[in-house]
Amino acid sequence: MNRLNQLYAWLMLLPALLMLLAFTYLPTVTTLWHSVFYPARGSQPAQFAGLDNYRMLIDDPVFWQALSNNLWYALGTVPLSIALALAMALWVNGRIGGRTALRLAYFTPTMLPMIAVANIWLFFYTPEIGLFNRLLECVGLPGINWLGDPDWALPSLMLMTVWKEAGFFMIFYLAALQALSRDLYQAAALEGASALYTFRRLTLPLLMPTTLFVLVNAVLNAFKLVDHLFILTKGGPNNASNLLLYYIYENAFSFFDSSYAATLTVILLALLVTLALLQFRLIERRIHYR
Amino acid sequence: MTRITHLLSTAAAWCLGLLWILPLLYAFWAALHPGEYATRFELLAPLTMDNFRTAWQQAPFMRYMLNTLIITGLILLFQLILCTLAGYALARMAFRGRGLVFALVLLQLMVMPEILIVENYQTLSGLKLVDTHLGVALPYMASAFGIFLLRQTFLTVPQELEDAARLEGCSRLGILWKVYVPLAKPTYLAYGLVSVSHHWNNFLWPLVVTNTADSRPLTVGMAIFGAPESGVQWPIICAGTLIAVGPLLALFLVFQRQFVQSFMHAGLK
Repeated sequence: MNRLNQLYAWLMLLPALLMLLAFTYLPTVTTLWHSVFYPARGSQPAQFAGLDNYRMLIDDPVFWQALSNNLWYALGTVPLSIALALAMALWVNGRIGGRTALRLAYFTPTMLPMIAVANIWLFFYTPEIGLFNRLLECVGLPGINWLGDPDWALPSLMLMTVWKEAGFFMIFYLAALQALSRDLYQAAALEGASALYTFRRLTLPLLMPTTLFVLVNAVLNAFKLVDHLFILTKGGPNNASNLLLYYIYENAFSFFDSSYAATLTVILLALLVTLALLQFRLIERRIHYR
Repeated sequence: MTRITHLLSTAAAWCLGLLWILPLLYAFWAALHPGEYATRFELLAPLTMDNFRTAWQQAPFMRYMLNTLIITGLILLFQLILCTLAGYALARMAFRGRGLVFALVLLQLMVMPEILIVENYQTLSGLKLVDTHLGVALPYMASAFGIFLLRQTFLTVPQELEDAARLEGCSRLGILWKVYVPLAKPTYLAYGLVSVSHHWNNFLWPLVVTNTADSRPLTVGMAIFGAPESGVQWPIICAGTLIAVGPLLALFLVFQRQFVQSFMHAGLK
């Protein structure tokens, strides 16, 4: 009976595990494998390359630029969108006129495809007639070549990303806020605690698990979401806004160097696995809260 | 004093809300007016539907929409089946290595299919599935998020219900179908909405794996449509964009309460 049960359990897991094996575990392993070979030329089998691809990577200034861009990109978008998300959630959760409309406005960017909003934002950033430069003109400032200037291309991407993501993270905070106990707040009010004090000493600590969860998700997103690059900058000018995953795409499907793309993927995976270990720890901690 | 802060805070909230909705409002403005009003904002500018007509003729939107529908439908159908079975096994069946399997499943939350485009493309071309709907859908059919969500929900179902159903002679799959699935309805709705909106908007993998309009979803079609090389004008791009996001946006506006609640439900687990 027990053995039959075990068989049953494995049978139920089988379809999901097969799909995970084919599209997550095996590709992870073959990525490692391909990163130590030269690209196959014609019908000849690929030659073993040892660590040559990794040496190439260390000497590749574009890789270092994409990596540092990606770190700056994460640093620029993650804290800001989390702070905005928290503010939005507090507003929408409190007594404010037109709560439903506000919630809708904040959340709408989440529902729109990145490609679609990038098409619209591209117009905002256009040098001559774009909306942003017209606004600058109104207050008498010179226009900025938002996407064409190497100093502004990455910040321009960040700005749009924050706009796209904040509403999504707001939802998690909102869910957490609505699950908080009313009694605690009544007690705080009885004690005569100020609004700021209540927020700092009560709300913020109680939201800590949510903040950690959102943080990990936001960091992951900063490395896997590159759709807008295809529309706005294509990683340019001169790689000033290139990000790791976009560089992987370029190598695999524009330069047709799948070995180097695999090597870059290994680096990105290593980065993400480091984050994954972090996340497992956080999940363990979350269980204590329940 | 508190009244002033309250007023200021309300004003800030509304300014931010306005900023957040502005791009969409602008898209409507540009799409509904003739080209010369794309940067001139006059209340009485003449309205027109020409931009929508032109956009509609310049790209096979019907075909793209159908492709998106088929792809998201395929993904959702298989996700629901696979995740239900796996979620139940992980929640309620005792077997060796359960903890390890669960950890392996959760690994996909970090090592997402997006990262593995290079290898997955080679797998698909080996299977001769490049440029097919099935090819776009395959890597997403087993979802760690779905398995996790359903496992957590199934764990909250009282064991007594299962025992009672077994006494009445229900089979395992019967119990799953008649006891667990109905009780997890809110989770299914939440997961379904999150999954559909995610895959409706997904871009990178479909871009890699599709080559023709026969399998290309809306997002990829939109990127080609809006590319500067194609020389299409602003108002027409805006109109095309609105056509593309229209169905999901309409669905969202009508069911916005359910949408937001579903995302919250999925986020709480």
